[in-house]
Amino acid sequence: METIETDVAVIGAGGAGLRTAIALAESAPYLRVALISKVYPMRSHTCAAEGGAAGVVKPDDSYDTHFDDTVAGGDWLSDQDCVEYFVREAPRELLQLEHWGCPWNREPDGSIAVRPFGGMKKQRTWFAADKSGFHILHTLFQTSLQFESITRFDEYFALDLLVDDGRCQGLVAMDIRNGQLRQFNAKAVIICGGGAGRMFPFTTNGAIKTGDGMAMAYRAGAPLKDMEFVQYHPTGLPNTGSLLTEACRGEGGVLVNKHGRRYLQDYGMGPETPIGKPQFKTMELGPRDRLSQAYWHEQKKGNTVTTPWGECVLLDMRHLGEKKINERLPLVRELTATYLGIDIVKEPVPIRPVVHYMMGGISTDTRAATPLPGLFAAGECACVSLNGANRLGSNSLVELLVFGRRAALSAIEHIEKQPPANTAALAARAQETEQRIKDLFARSSGGETVAALRREMMTTMETHAGIYREEAGLQIAAAKLQELRERYQRVVLTDRSSVYNTDFYQTLELGSLLDCAQAVTVGALARRESRGAHQRLDYPERDDKNFLRHTLVHHQGAAAPRVDYLDVVITKSPPGIRDYSGGHK
Amino acid sequence: MKERLVQLEVFRYNPDTDRQPSYQRYEVSCLEEWVVLDALNKVKETLDPTLNYRWSCHMAVCGSCGMMINGEPRLACHTFLRDYPGVIRIEPLVHFPVERDLITAPDDFMAKLKRVKPYIIRKQKQPLEAGEYKQTPRELLRYRQYAMCINCTLCYAACPEYGLTKHFIGPAAIALAHRYNQDSRDQGRDERQEVIATKEGVWECTFVGACSEVCPVHVDPASALQQVKIASSFDWIKEHLLPGGGK
Repeated sequence: METIETDVAVIGAGGAGLRTAIALAESAPYLRVALISKVYPMRSHTCAAEGGAAGVVKPDDSYDTHFDDTVAGGDWLSDQDCVEYFVREAPRELLQLEHWGCPWNREPDGSIAVRPFGGMKKQRTWFAADKSGFHILHTLFQTSLQFESITRFDEYFALDLLVDDGRCQGLVAMDIRNGQLRQFNAKAVIICGGGAGRMFPFTTNGAIKTGDGMAMAYRAGAPLKDMEFVQYHPTGLPNTGSLLTEACRGEGGVLVNKHGRRYLQDYGMGPETPIGKPQFKTMELGPRDRLSQAYWHEQKKGNTVTTPWGECVLLDMRHLGEKKINERLPLVRELTATYLGIDIVKEPVPIRPVVHYMMGGISTDTRAATPLPGLFAAGECACVSLNGANRLGSNSLVELLVFGRRAALSAIEHIEKQPPANTAALAARAQETEQRIKDLFARSSGGETVAALRREMMTTMETHAGIYREEAGLQIAAAKLQELRERYQRVVLTDRSSVYNTDFYQTLELGSLLDCAQAVTVGALARRESRGAHQRLDYPERDDKNFLRHTLVHHQGAAAPRVDYLDVVITKSPPGIRDYSGGHK
Repeated sequence: MKERLVQLEVFRYNPDTDRQPSYQRYEVSCLEEWVVLDALNKVKETLDPTLNYRWSCHMAVCGSCGMMINGEPRLACHTFLRDYPGVIRIEPLVHFPVERDLITAPDDFMAKLKRVKPYIIRKQKQPLEAGEYKQTPRELLRYRQYAMCINCTLCYAACPEYGLTKHFIGPAAIALAHRYNQDSRDQGRDERQEVIATKEGVWECTFVGACSEVCPVHVDPASALQQVKIASSFDWIKEHLLPGGGK
């Protein structure tokens, strides 16, 4: 196995990975950076984010307001020191992107334009039409091309972290193009591997969002935190699951049921606001968890519209007019016309909630450091505890910038005080990975297939770990996931070739998803309360006495994982009531 | 919803085992509203796990699933079965080396993209503390269309010039160079012109316009190339015909 010596290895080259790599190149140009990704950087799923990125910029806004919105939006499960750091760094990062060329929308005088977003009390969402994530990703990728210290390893699949002497010191990856294994020796590793939405059948997440980074860290001994908090985006296209951005509502779109009623007023988010005049933090600008839950109740009451793609509610944007729609929501218009045959200028769109984002992930602190020395993480794969129990729309694009950069700075500090590596020990670890891969390729009997196990996993998650959950269903799901993990050990490859073997990579991805899905179910089972995106029919209230704390799930090899807890950091905002009644109560 | 038995004729090649590429016929039951990618996914999941292709977003923004569909470069996630009543022939993008099945190697495009310096170049950088570079909505519109490129490389597969002369920098990379040249914040045009206003650059283009026809996100690279040609002609006139090189 060829060994590549580097200083910092970054796994994942989406928004977080690219921001990290650029921060490393700018702050420490003498360090060699290996930027490793299973896809070319511009294919990363950051490209699909639409609405925008939140940062205080207007004179009537303040850090405190952004802080309060984020903490209440997260149902007080956010670490407040983290939120404090985040809101102060956010505008600087967005401005930095502006200097790098991001085509942010502008006011007539040439200054940055901002738009309203769900759960935010002020206009603070910077946007580039409804392709904000796409432009952020391409701006970062193109900017990264000028730095000589960054060496990209495009289409390299990271397999295992190398841990020796209690420190993470590299990884093993496979070159997808030829199946060759590569050992990367690094003084620090930063995982920016994205989310794991593909454990569910109906998701906005691209095919690549399979939790590989999360699972790799988890197997290496870093716990996963708050995995039970899975965000449903309230407005997905019912057939493909494609996202219709929250900006549809930010710009004034309304949600109605089959009777034409703006039903959100029946779920503590009213009274009704005038059509086309959205008001902050109420009705359609409530938070995502509340909106998705309201849909669930409407369906139970029989108030949804039956479509060929299941039960839906309607998103009506007709009153915005063609000009505003073309200027601010061009992608939404095109997506809906292309995939559903509906012109949003002329007709309301049937939509339903769709799995969108993992609030949980690799446990990190405000320095973006995991409990495993030498290992850092940022972006959706990490749980730095900014988002708590429910992320506010437009905080995650900023999170990957703020903590992508922070991870780089922490890694630089870490590197300065590292003793030399025991290269023989690292090589021995790498051999173990090689053997694991050889065993998988050699396995000829067992009778399990990737496609079948994946289907069972998705059905289990959708049935028992969706918007509302309860004890019996979660018990079934947790047992099923353990069973699937055992059967996974008997998966037989159909394709044994070395070149671009997607049968093999899908097998690895399924392994990652099963680990992450099990963490979701055991976390959900243990959390006997309802908070944010985690709703228990059998424990409908928030329970601050027992559960104002983070869930930590620890990998235990083939056995079921172990659960313990970590206190939430509260600095200045004691747990209170999430009020989205528009001040009317 | 209407179902239909769809026939796909798919290009197969595995360098580990095959001396020659071949075509394999698959029949799968599909919903009429599906895209070609859905049909391929069903083949992979139910008939043949050894079939290989790239995909991710399923919404025409990640640019992964470019392939030839009935001879045209297209995104498989953006190509509807309802528009293809007969057998659908699926092949890897032309003008790029085939790695395996429908997967091609985009190395040449990646190298060219880097050569055109697709990033803001400033002679004097403004510190972050000074705030944003002001840019009016009108100034934004001068380049925004060219910033929409998803790097899917369909335009390279469509371009007859690129098919003939691989040193041609090609539509997407030139459009992106032009995107930065047109950006009011940028001062790097001279550096980029050295790459794109050359025989390998825009002067290789014979303005067939196929690049713009196949672009799934309406970047219109052909118009970018034309604008670069006109601007570089002005540069030449200034330099050679005006007294003092037009300075």
